[in-house]
Amino acid sequence: MTKLFKLSLTVNGDQYEREIEPRLLLSDFLRHELGMTGTHVGCEHGVCGACTVLLNGDPVRSCLMFAVQAHGHEVLTVEGLGSMDDLHPIQEAFHEAHGLQCGFCTPGFLTTLVPFLEENPDPSEEEIRVAISGNLCRCTGYQHIVEAVQLAAEKLRA
Amino acid sequence: MKPPPFEYYAPTTVEEALAHLAEHGYDAKPLAGGQSLIPMMNFRLAQPAVIVDLNNIETLSFIRPEDDGGLAVGAMTRHKKVEKSVMVAERAPLIHETMPQIATSQIRSRGTFGGSLAHADPSAELVCVSVALDGEFKIANQSGERWVTAKDFFLGLFTSVLEPEEILVEIKLPPFPDRTGWSLKEIARRPHDFCLIGVAAVLTLDEKDQCQQAKLVYLSAGDGPVEATAAAGMLVGQELTDDAIQAAAEKASAEEIDPSSDIHATAEFRRHLANVLTRRALEEAFDRAKGN
Repeated sequence: MTKLFKLSLTVNGDQYEREIEPRLLLSDFLRHELGMTGTHVGCEHGVCGACTVLLNGDPVRSCLMFAVQAHGHEVLTVEGLGSMDDLHPIQEAFHEAHGLQCGFCTPGFLTTLVPFLEENPDPSEEEIRVAISGNLCRCTGYQHIVEAVQLAAEKLRA
Repeated sequence: MKPPPFEYYAPTTVEEALAHLAEHGYDAKPLAGGQSLIPMMNFRLAQPAVIVDLNNIETLSFIRPEDDGGLAVGAMTRHKKVEKSVMVAERAPLIHETMPQIATSQIRSRGTFGGSLAHADPSAELVCVSVALDGEFKIANQSGERWVTAKDFFLGLFTSVLEPEEILVEIKLPPFPDRTGWSLKEIARRPHDFCLIGVAAVLTLDEKDQCQQAKLVYLSAGDGPVEATAAAGMLVGQELTDDAIQAAAEKASAEEIDPSSDIHATAEFRRHLANVLTRRALEEAFDRAKGN
């Protein structure tokens, strides 16, 4: 076993401290150490986008970062977006516009879209498709996802 | 898969990082944005015994105007910062145009300007564009610093002149001469995938609109950035007519690049794409040069 590092970070507004191996990926840290299994692990080489979380507000692949690198930083996962009783407007829109089928890719889409819709409150279809091009969905064919993003943009503007 | 164990250092100064690298030599690997190294470690294609994480070295993240009108970019400046920089848009328009074409927004949040160059992937946009722009790279080691031109920096597939105990610290991008136009064209199966082939063109015109200087550099066209010097030479001193542009595009795509065949496209198809993209890139660069 290699030397353990003391990691202190903020996840969804709460402070956590853990002792971890430096090789632990941020995605595995969130799932196995914190039990936050909303962050999904698809490809582990930065292609599928399922593990996307926000690091200090920017969308990042949590499988392409070591957890130790998040020391002192702020992470937002899908668990921090909304709750079952109080969905985030983007979650509401995905629900209403059928923006998911199996749901595996959905957390990555949602987290990618939070900063995108903040920066682009009224995106064109083309801009939406570019924004989600780093997230793979094998069920929907993307059409309903694009519609969900348009609906989410409307809700957020209202 | 998961990365194998490694010793981890996160220095806050270049000196400290260089000391770790000097101590561990070939066993150590500097970690920049990690968007190429970490997937390689996840697959265990790379198994460095020591990781020297450069992400906490704040002095390596900057975009600085130079007195000659050009720019200096710190090696650990994230792609996203370069993409959004007004100074880059004004002083290095080809870089500004290149940034959104690099991977996806999630990768650009973490990936770094210098990391992409040090990785020396021949399908990386910045590798190609840094050669097209005559960039200069500052490399640091424990005995000092040295400057290397972009052209001399890349040796081949994932190989540069960087020694194990060295770090790329800064990239200098000289200003364009007056009446210079630029273009980067690439084709990928899906936006943001590694491209099948791509080309950067830079043209400078004289006062009679004749071509004074020309540069054509290709990505995904060989073991490194591939410069088509013969095709570019055919344009110098010429009026850039459709025929002249066509002849240069044919020369470069037929004789000067060396694309390979794989599951995504045959080498022959890549040559065809190179021909079409070269024409489009030269036309766009020509229009922009006239407009300047």
